Amino acid sequence: MSSGMKMLLLGVTLLLLRAAGADLSGSAAPHPGPVLSSPSAPPLGPPPGAPGVALSRSAVEEEQEAEEHHGGGYRVVQWEWSYVQTPYIIAIWLLVASVAKIFHFSQRFTTVVPESCMLILLGLVLGGIVLIASKKQLYQLDPSLFFLFLLPTIVGDAGYFMPARLFFDNLGSILTYAVVGTLWNAFCTGFSLYAAKLLGVIERVQAELMDFLLFGALISAVDPVAVLAVFEEVHVNEMLFIIVFGESLVNDAVTVLYKVYISFVEVGPGNVQTADYFKGVSFLIVSIGGTLVGLVFAVILGFITRFTKKVRIIEPLFVFLMVYLAYLTAELFSLSAILMTFCGIGANKYVEANISQKSRTTVKYTMKTLASIAETIIFIFLGISAVDKSKWAWDTGLVSCTLVFIFVFRAVVVGQTWVLNRFRLVPLDKIDQVVMSYGGLRGAVAFALVVLLDGEQVKAKDYFVATTIVVVFFTVMFQFQGLTIKPLVKWLKVPRSTNRKPTINEEIHERAFDHILTAVEDIAGLQGYHHWRDWEQFDKNYLSKLLLRKSVYRKSELWEAYQKINIRDAISVIDQGGNVLTSARLSLPSMASRASFPEVTNVTNYRRENGSGVCLDLQVIDNVPGSKVEEDMETHHVLAGNLYKPRKRYQSHYSRHFMPLGEKERQDREVFQRNMRSRMETFKSTRHKRHKKERSLKKPVVVPVEPEEDKADHSDPEKEEDVGITFVARKAETPKQRPKSPAALDVCQSPPPHTPSPPAADSHLPWKGSVGAPPPCVSVEATKIIPVDLQQAWNQSISSLESISSPPAPAEPVHPRVSALSRLGGPRPLSYTGPTAGGSPSAGPPLPQASFSFPERKKKQQVEEEEEEEEPGASQEMQPLMSPLRLPGSPPPAPPPAPPPGSGRRRNPCVYLRSLVTTPPGGSSEPHSHRPTQL
Amino acid sequence: MGSRASTLLREEEIEEIKKETGFSHSQITRLYSRFTSLDKGENGTLSREDFQRIPELAINPLGDRIINAFFPEGEDQVNFKGFMRTLAHFRPIEDNEKNKNLPASEPLNSRTNKLLFAFRLYDLDRDNKISRDELLQVLEKVDVEQKMSIRFLH
Repeated sequence: MSSGMKMLLLGVTLLLLRAAGADLSGSAAPHPGPVLSSPSAPPLGPPPGAPGVALSRSAVEEEQEAEEHHGGGYRVVQWEWSYVQTPYIIAIWLLVASVAKIFHFSQRFTTVVPESCMLILLGLVLGGIVLIASKKQLYQLDPSLFFLFLLPTIVGDAGYFMPARLFFDNLGSILTYAVVGTLWNAFCTGFSLYAAKLLGVIERVQAELMDFLLFGALISAVDPVAVLAVFEEVHVNEMLFIIVFGESLVNDAVTVLYKVYISFVEVGPGNVQTADYFKGVSFLIVSIGGTLVGLVFAVILGFITRFTKKVRIIEPLFVFLMVYLAYLTAELFSLSAILMTFCGIGANKYVEANISQKSRTTVKYTMKTLASIAETIIFIFLGISAVDKSKWAWDTGLVSCTLVFIFVFRAVVVGQTWVLNRFRLVPLDKIDQVVMSYGGLRGAVAFALVVLLDGEQVKAKDYFVATTIVVVFFTVMFQFQGLTIKPLVKWLKVPRSTNRKPTINEEIHERAFDHILTAVEDIAGLQGYHHWRDWEQFDKNYLSKLLLRKSVYRKSELWEAYQKINIRDAISVIDQGGNVLTSARLSLPSMASRASFPEVTNVTNYRRENGSGVCLDLQVIDNVPGSKVEEDMETHHVLAGNLYKPRKRYQSHYSRHFMPLGEKERQDREVFQRNMRSRMETFKSTRHKRHKKERSLKKPVVVPVEPEEDKADHSDPEKEEDVGITFVARKAETPKQRPKSPAALDVCQSPPPHTPSPPAADSHLPWKGSVGAPPPCVSVEATKIIPVDLQQAWNQSISSLESISSPPAPAEPVHPRVSALSRLGGPRPLSYTGPTAGGSPSAGPPLPQASFSFPERKKKQQVEEEEEEEEPGASQEMQPLMSPLRLPGSPPPAPPPAPPPGSGRRRNPCVYLRSLVTTPPGGSSEPHSHRPTQL
Repeated sequence: MGSRASTLLREEEIEEIKKETGFSHSQITRLYSRFTSLDKGENGTLSREDFQRIPELAINPLGDRIINAFFPEGEDQVNFKGFMRTLAHFRPIEDNEKNKNLPASEPLNSRTNKLLFAFRLYDLDRDNKISRDELLQVLEKVDVEQKMSIRFLH
């Protein structure tokens, strides 16, 4: 509401300044809402009535220009209301809506009223006030505005963030609902309404069969905007969401039907020949054509972004332009424009791989913002238009019949589920179906379509408009769906995310079951459809080659190989175990670990002794059979200790307001944290072992961190380039970035007075927010950078690193403190800083110093090397460079007993890691350090 | 590949499995194709190694327990029927209640059987007991010393 105040203030000031202060009273006084002052202001400047339909911009502007030369003489300050009117009002609207959203999200009533309802209500209120103030509705939802600007942003956003895998997995169902269901809906509604007309239920409407069919077509499509808005808030399960949402996107076929009808109506029902009816089938062509356009543009987009390395800044622009162009092109050929969602879906993977991290973030946020704006505008427009009485005419029969028919037929459509269920691997159960039928929301698309109707040809247009508005309102908000779906969902116990905190016991067992389920799914191969696999082959063989940047692509291949080798290695280890063990002596090769070595606390130690080069950290492999008891304990231990969620196949949620934090990402994070934790454990226990060697403290810091940093930096081409984008900032930023890890690690032992601030890009990353601070020793970059599929490889390297850096830790159990430390992950640095900050005043300085030489070098290198490749040599020479630097300057860490292992050992890990990283994939050393970011 | 594999499965076998496990026809054929694709030895049975070849299982902390659950006591091989029998534990219960025509004996996916299955995952030596000692030890060991420690009290 502060906006209101501002607005008023501004208005008043301007008015006071104005020389000819004629009708002041009219403009400033009676505005309850901020927006309203604007429409009522016109008396001052241009003649009233100047602004026609809002937002038909060019027209308005022309008028305004003409009117600009009103008062004679020169004025320094003029009332230029008409000049800024349209954008000004829009901006104010958005401001009000956004402020309302803030309240909405922060207050209780969120739980009752969905956001879309709130927006419509807001629109109603605003519209009502405007109407009262000016006696005439100035603003109308202009169909061309809707279709050319608002819809593409929303649909583009939806498409780009659509969880592609889930979407395609359910494609069959989605298509069935969208095509068969919607067509059925359209025809039935149309015919039923006509029947009702014949029966005399609908009295006042003058309409033919064709008109009703037309109306049926436009009213029967489930609307993506509304569905998104409501379903997202309800948090139904993913499959349900994707089906309804996918349906709403794909059922654009209806608009086609609508177009066909329109042409029929235009030529007149009498002139329609039989052949023309068959042209109605053209909706297939139109849909497929729309899809093709989308895909073509997706390919082009992918192809373009391959070459944008030098022009990072305009990368997002390319994305937006191409998506938008795809939409416009589809419109141009009057193909199904909504289907250009496929552009987003298709391009996403390649674009994300090609463009830099920052561009990615930019694209994400911009898309979200735009979509949110568009959506807000649409809903508010809806509210406003509804108030305008001149536009519609009421017919109770039509309205009630439509409502009933829509609901009934929607339910019938959902009834086809039982057919679908025969083909679906995961059948939709009854509750799902109820929610689906209930979730058949109509929205802005229908409204825009109905407004588009030609009043000359469709006599009943006004009635149709009224009915559409009622239907939209009814489905989106009034008691019916928007408001009731939440309780309904709750009542039906549709599986949804709960917020209750489980007890530890529950947690452990749930996790156990999750793991079990995942394992069984893997065994049953549930999620891989064959055709999908074929597609992946094709994608790998051709598309990726064409659309992915060479560096990205090539590296990913190598890394895949690397990973494969590792897995094979792991399997062979398991195999050995499996061979040794008979079924009677069931042991868990992958589990028995710490427990099976009573005297060796750390598995890693065992591994180290074993000297196995490549080793899966993922539950420590060893093939010594443990006793049953120990294994059992180990299971729990593993479960409780490694509380990471079982992998999920796809990132599945789409949200308008929140960046989806993909399952994968989350899991990566968890795995990563876990790794870091275990690393910490090793490290700590090491420290406890060697209290005496305080002096070499700094070394250990270097050790674990260095390789990681190395890796992070080498591995992600994008990242380097990212830095490149902030031309000036770079210098300042890099040094900071550099010390981050070491410093962060330092935090664990002796937090430096200042924790290095993460680069700006990181601070708003979604996952960051949810975890709180990143785990202590985790280089923020690293988590982010490591591609999902390489996580494993990454783990391995870490684990092997671990294994080296830690000396055999005897029976001493993991120190409680350590584990607590590691457990605390996020909050630690904070809490820790308190007690110790004073203790280590010098902890900070040396680090930046150490790192300073590095960025320089790196920069140079970057300049020199086109291919973003850093030869391993470079890092190798850095290594020694850094270690000595640190050694002298390093202060003993303040609080805890000073730790670490001898320095001789220390260097090994780095070298070792490097060799580990470089060798496996067949000796090609450098590719390894360049890990592809292929997320 | 999938379609060819399914033809190798005889109708009566399918019927039999259907009766026992409650899977649908398409599910059975589909799982059969999965089964054959896992069966590298092509001898109609799966060995432990076959399971271990599934990469995802290698990284699943419980992978081996699951694998073990597929094998009847003392055996190293599991055939398709056994495979399906194990998988049948994971069918949702609701479906079952719809079809009343299931055999009188308790279906594999009943609550009891599910629990039994879960129990067996813990009961490694298959003596049908999770002994008190085991449990105690578990409780003692499960991170208690970690979870019950406050760092700065160290």
